[in-house]
Amino acid sequence: MSAPRTSLWPAIAIAGLLGGLGLLLAWAFLTALLGYEGERLAEIALARVPDSGVSNPVTAVLLNFRAYDTLLELAVLLAALLGIWSLGPASLPYGAPEPVLARLVGWVVPLLVLSAGYLLWVGGHAPGGAFQAGALLGAAGVMLRLAGYASAGLPRRHLQPVLMAGGLLAFVAVGLIQTALGLGFLTYAPASAKWVILLIETAATLAIGATLAAAFVGGDPARVPRPASGGAPAP
Amino acid sequence: MNLLLLTFDLLLTLGILGLAVAALTSRSARRGVILFIAFGLLLALVWARLRAPDLALAEAAIGAGLSGALMLAAARRAARRPDPQLDRQLDSQANHQPDPGPPAVQESKP
Repeated sequence: MSAPRTSLWPAIAIAGLLGGLGLLLAWAFLTALLGYEGERLAEIALARVPDSGVSNPVTAVLLNFRAYDTLLELAVLLAALLGIWSLGPASLPYGAPEPVLARLVGWVVPLLVLSAGYLLWVGGHAPGGAFQAGALLGAAGVMLRLAGYASAGLPRRHLQPVLMAGGLLAFVAVGLIQTALGLGFLTYAPASAKWVILLIETAATLAIGATLAAAFVGGDPARVPRPASGGAPAP
Repeated sequence: MNLLLLTFDLLLTLGILGLAVAALTSRSARRGVILFIAFGLLLALVWARLRAPDLALAEAAIGAGLSGALMLAAARRAARRPDPQLDRQLDSQANHQPDPGPPAVQESKP
């Protein structure tokens, strides 16, 4: 914002490309709305939702029909966290909070954890699910960090990778177990689908919440220099 | 569709576009991020109007809440210049601890 603007051409080119992309997307949207004649995938998917183990169609698609895409999303989250950790040490923690914030955190954080658990369970039959619950847990971590808890609710540094990779690991492990049972990777038997989905969602919720809170911490806590040792980085 | 819902939808659309333009053209990064948080909340309402409640929940929590917090922290870091007056102002706003000393790892300037 303070750099002198030397040329307008990059801005014009970017605006033109984005405008073209927007027109392309608008054309695709209108074609899908008006011009498509065949059987729509949404109706086929909605017809199979009762077999998927959950009754919320969004959860059925995310965790059953397109479970592999959700696995890749968890991998992207983990990769983003590794990128954040590789950029440098964690930012300086906040000081002691004002009394109002301190008391508020005491009320809000348990409510956030409870709401996260509720959203995780209710995601099977109502709007909710692992990502929403994980976002609430991440918000609880952000509140803790803003109120002066430098750890943002996360465990010790050498346990954090266990938590964050645990979601992806559980997902892959479940997929491989399904393959070993002869069903195919991430293909669930309709009888046990509900509990398999709940298991995956629990691990994913914890991983997403921990990853988002660690992203707000802003860097690798293991690389913060300790003041007692005069500037040497902690291992 | 009755007139009330139509008015609501129209106001939502104008609000979203206006907030987006304001966030993109604001002079200070902090103001832009706060406008983006407001934009995220209105976008959550848009998802709710499009009958996608899961998306509305996710947008309110992640798009407005967590993204806003992350971008505020980034704007705070980006605004940190070697300027004692600005440091005092930022310290009093963020309620910092006193600096423990020069860090062993240099932060890269933007």
